[in-house]
Amino acid sequence: MSFHPLMEYGAGHHQSARVLPEEGPAFQFTAANLAKLEEICTRYPAERRKSAIIAALYLAQGQQGYITLSAMRAVAAAIRCSTAEVEDIVYFYTMFYTRPMGKHIVMVCRTLSCALAGAERVTETLSKELGLRPGETDANREFSLLEVECLGACDRAPVVGVNDDWHECQQPEAAKALIDGLRAAGAGSLTGCHLKVAGE
Amino acid sequence: MEPILTKYVKQPGGASLDFYMKVGGYEGLRKSLGMTPDQVVDVVKQSGLRGRGGAGFPTGMKWQFVDKKSPKPKYICCNADESEPGTFKDHVLMERNPHLLFEGCLIACHAIGAKVAYIYIRGEFYHVQQVLERELAKARAAGLVGKNIMGTGFDCDIFVHRGAGAYEAGEETALIESLEGKKAQPRLKPPFPAVAGLYDCPTAVNNVETLCNVPFIITEGAEAFAKLGPEKNGGPKLYCISGHVKNPGVYETSMHTTLRELIYDPKFGGGIRGGHQLKCVIPGGSSVPVLLPEQLDIPASFDGVASAGSMLGSAGLIVMDETTCMVWAAQNLLYFYKHESCGKCTPCREGGDWLHKLLMKIERGDGEMRDLDLLLSVANNIAGKTLCAFGDAAATPVLTTIKTFRAEYEAHIREGRCTLPASWRASHPVLAAH
Repeated sequence: MSFHPLMEYGAGHHQSARVLPEEGPAFQFTAANLAKLEEICTRYPAERRKSAIIAALYLAQGQQGYITLSAMRAVAAAIRCSTAEVEDIVYFYTMFYTRPMGKHIVMVCRTLSCALAGAERVTETLSKELGLRPGETDANREFSLLEVECLGACDRAPVVGVNDDWHECQQPEAAKALIDGLRAAGAGSLTGCHLKVAGE
Repeated sequence: MEPILTKYVKQPGGASLDFYMKVGGYEGLRKSLGMTPDQVVDVVKQSGLRGRGGAGFPTGMKWQFVDKKSPKPKYICCNADESEPGTFKDHVLMERNPHLLFEGCLIACHAIGAKVAYIYIRGEFYHVQQVLERELAKARAAGLVGKNIMGTGFDCDIFVHRGAGAYEAGEETALIESLEGKKAQPRLKPPFPAVAGLYDCPTAVNNVETLCNVPFIITEGAEAFAKLGPEKNGGPKLYCISGHVKNPGVYETSMHTTLRELIYDPKFGGGIRGGHQLKCVIPGGSSVPVLLPEQLDIPASFDGVASAGSMLGSAGLIVMDETTCMVWAAQNLLYFYKHESCGKCTPCREGGDWLHKLLMKIERGDGEMRDLDLLLSVANNIAGKTLCAFGDAAATPVLTTIKTFRAEYEAHIREGRCTLPASWRASHPVLAAH
């Protein structure tokens, strides 16, 4: 029986709008990753393992490319917390993905300093080149296109992050060159961070 | 002023431990370990060092507030979550002078009686984290971090903790929450971190640049530090200059330097890019009010910028020339704030979205005159009504641009279009701003 006479069961009112994370294939941490996680846990007081939750999620994401419900359970077991607590973290922080991403995750900084240098047009041209709208991944999972907030290198705007690497001073006209470079040489084609001093 | 913190940033190998030791590295730590913790706090207090993260709170006082009588462990949390739009100074310090930061962390730990410092670095700084971890391992191997440091019996460890993408993690209590493995949401204060911070223990949260100033204060003395700048605004200061200037970059100088010099002097920003004029500047990261070209003859100090009605904040100068539409600029920043709101306080979570919707409506040409009052009303109902300063930050771009450029808003509404569609913006505004 319904708890309210006007909200009968089966009418759809009781269905949660919450989108559950994908179950995904059975996930287990590799022995190497488990050992790494245990080492990271020693950095925090023994009763504060939860501090390593972000590190555990990075390891899971590194292993599988994105975070599934199965991975969340593995993280929860390793951290000794509930799966709901892990899910909370996954959805709060922007750097965890809950769906398969492309081999190259291209992230255009869209915040003011980059936008003043043409970031909107970088996104526009990349979008046209890749046939993707921001947030999308192509069918053969080669590229994902994302817009991200200030990356903290505003003097080298527009900045584009690709996975864990950076590409700076990306001119809109050179969007095709960025894509071609990634296809040909992967991260080796990127400028990296300019603070790397010549001669090192 | 001769650079102090960034003196060797362009030196090949300048980030290494060997090089740092060659130029007198860890001497501040050595000297501080011969002083009592209270003496260290006193010297920092006398120096007048103010927090470089944005609020400008005196660092010595922050350390003094740490409850030393508590039986619990104490902690130093270094705020390396540098996420304020227009700010990229800590990035330089960590990547090019990591041992200066470690030395500052260790002295801070000695001062408040902590055995551990956590450097909370933003997730996007993966390459910086690699540098820090590499150099930390070297410092540990050299007996500068860990047990019995320099044979003095002082034990102190430093760990790098990587975040995962959240602007709010730069707020000190949200940083602590995140470090504890929770969502980066601020806490109700009091209690302040000095009493109940990380793991409910007495904690001091200090910005990277703040801690990097500490070794100089210890080796050269409080007076030498204070006299580098105007009264109450001593020491060297890093400025991040971005936007429409000829030479964007990080510049170290004293707080005697004026905003006009920072923007126009060839040593710094070098003036506005080819053939354009300055329209306005946001002097302290995206969260502070704009200043006009005629307001720039003030020292770029905490007190100087405050006297002009803005804030030095994180010292991130975002320079905009006359091609910049201020409705668009406000819209760009409000997209940031609505995206980054942690969702804890209703005014900020809901209000940010409403502000962005209204700005988009005006920018696309569907605005009505009454929307201006509505914008001000929503913004004023966010500012000051949230747990942390994020609410004020989110309201500021709207309040300051309407106050300073109201005619531009009215022209958008009257003409039913953006009146300044710059060539560097997307031709399809919907794609640019969803």
